[in-house]
Amino acid sequence: MKALALAAGIALGCVVAGTASADDLYGTLKKIRDSGTITIGRSENSVPFSYTGSDGNPVGYSIELCSHIVDAVKQELKLDKLQVRYVTIMGTTLIPLLVNGTIDMACSTTTHTLARQRQVDFLPTMYITGNQLLVRKDSGIHEVEDLKGKRVAVNQGTTNEKIIKAIDAQEHLGITFLDTEDQPRGWLAFESGRVDCYVTDAIVEHGLISKAAHPEQYEVVGRLLSFDPYSVVVRRDDSAFRLVGVRTIAHLIKSGDMFKLYDKWIGPIAGPMNPELKYVLQGEAYPD
Amino acid sequence: MRYSWNWSVLTTPPYFGWILSGLMWTVLIALAGWVIAFSLGSVLGIARTVRSRAVRTVAAAYVELFRNIPLLVQMFLWYFVLPEVLPKAAGDWLKRGLPHAEFWTAVVCLGLYTAVRIGEQVRAGIQSIAAGQASAGLATGLTQVQVYRHVLLPNAYRIILPALTTEFLSIFKNSSLALTIGVLELTGRTRQISEYTMQPIEMFLTATILYGAVTLTVAAGMWLVEGRTRFPGMLTSEAS
Repeated sequence: MKALALAAGIALGCVVAGTASADDLYGTLKKIRDSGTITIGRSENSVPFSYTGSDGNPVGYSIELCSHIVDAVKQELKLDKLQVRYVTIMGTTLIPLLVNGTIDMACSTTTHTLARQRQVDFLPTMYITGNQLLVRKDSGIHEVEDLKGKRVAVNQGTTNEKIIKAIDAQEHLGITFLDTEDQPRGWLAFESGRVDCYVTDAIVEHGLISKAAHPEQYEVVGRLLSFDPYSVVVRRDDSAFRLVGVRTIAHLIKSGDMFKLYDKWIGPIAGPMNPELKYVLQGEAYPD
Repeated sequence: MRYSWNWSVLTTPPYFGWILSGLMWTVLIALAGWVIAFSLGSVLGIARTVRSRAVRTVAAAYVELFRNIPLLVQMFLWYFVLPEVLPKAAGDWLKRGLPHAEFWTAVVCLGLYTAVRIGEQVRAGIQSIAAGQASAGLATGLTQVQVYRHVLLPNAYRIILPALTTEFLSIFKNSSLALTIGVLELTGRTRQISEYTMQPIEMFLTATILYGAVTLTVAAGMWLVEGRTRFPGMLTSEAS
C-alpha cells in the first residue's frame, strides 16, 4: 500500500512537473537555461563573417546575426542575464563539438549541405557564394580552363577541394594541387608565389584581397563553380531552439535590419547585395 | 549525444585508398626524418662531450635554438619564411621547382628538431660512462676517435636505447604536424575524409587506432632489440 502511494506520488509529481511550462524545455534551450550560458562556435579569420576584431573580440556578419539570436533566446527564457562564451572551431571540429554539446550553435561560414544535415541542422540561408578563382592580375588566368598545368592551392577537406578536383579530373587539366590547411595558409601559399591560383569561396577571396598589402595586384575571376549557401549551424532534432533562430532571422529581414547588417559587413568588400540574394532572403521572412 | 554512426565509410572507395596513402606518408616522413635525426643527433651528442670548447659551444647553441622553438613554428619557418630570405632563384626553386616540397620540408624540419633530443640522449649516455673507461682506452694507445668508436659510443647507445625508443615513437606522432604545410599524411587524410563524409568521429577513431598500431609495432620491435643489447645487471635492465 505504501509502495502504491509512493508510486502514485511520484506519478503525480511527474505530471505536475510536466505541466509546468519551464520544464517543457528540452535540448539546447533547456541546456542554456540550466547553465545560464550559451556557447557559440566561431572562426578566427573568416573575414567579414566571423573573425577576431582589432579589440580582440569576435566580430563579423555571422557573429552579429548570432548576437540577435542570443537576445531572442534570452527573451524566450525570460533570463535576466545570459552569459555568452565563444569557442574557436574549424571545419573538422564543428560537427563533433556541436554534437557533443560543447557549442550550441556555429556562427561562421559553413555551407549548408545535405550531407552535413545527416549530423546537424541549419538555420535559413544568410548569404550565398560560390567557388571562383583568386589569381594575380598578370597571370593570364581568366577561367578554370586556363589552369591547365598550373599550381593551385585549395584547403583540405572543403567543398572547394571536392569541386576543383572533380573539374580537374573531368577536363584533364593536369593541375598540381597544394592541399593547404586553412585560409591563412592558403593565402600565404598564394601570395608567396608557391601557387598560381587559390580556389575558395568568392566572398572569402574578396575578403583576403581587401586585407592584402597590395590589393591592386589580385583579382577574383571565372564563372561560379559551385553554389554555397552559408547558414548558422545548430543541433539536429531540436526544433524549439531552431525556431528561435528562424524567427530571429525572419524578423531581421522584415525590419530591414538584415540588409543593414549586410551593408555594414559584406557591402564594403563585395559591393551592394545582388537581387538573387535579396530574393532568397525575402523568402525567409515568414509571417508571425 | 545524437550522432549517426556509419563505419562503412572506411571501406567506401576512394576513402580506403586515401587512408592507406596517408599512412604511407606518415611512415615515410617519420623514417626519413629519423635518418636525419639519428645521424645529426649522434654528431651533436658527441660534439657536446669533446674537449674543444668551440665545438661544444656550437653544439650547445644548436641544441638551445632548436629545442626552444615550438615544432609547429619551426615547420612554418622552414616552409614559408626560408624561401623568402634565400636568394630569389633558390627561394623560387624551393617554392616551385622541388618536387614534393611539402614532404621534404617536413622531413628536414622534423629531423633537425628530433636531432636535438637524440643529441641530448647521446650526451647523457656518454657522460654516464665512468671516466676511467675513456682513460683506460687512451692508456692502451687508442686515439680519441677510437675511444669514441670502440669504447664510449657502443656503451652509450646500449644505455640510452629505451630513451631512443621514446624518441622514435615521438617522431611518428610529431609527423602529423606536416599537415599544416600541406602534406596529406594520416591525420590530414582522416580529417579530409571526415569533411567529405561528415563522419568525423569514425575518422578520428581510425586515426587513433592506426597511430596506435604503428607505434605499438615500433615499440615491440625496439623492445626485442633492447632485450638483446642491455647490459646484464645494469639499472636499465631492471627498469624494463
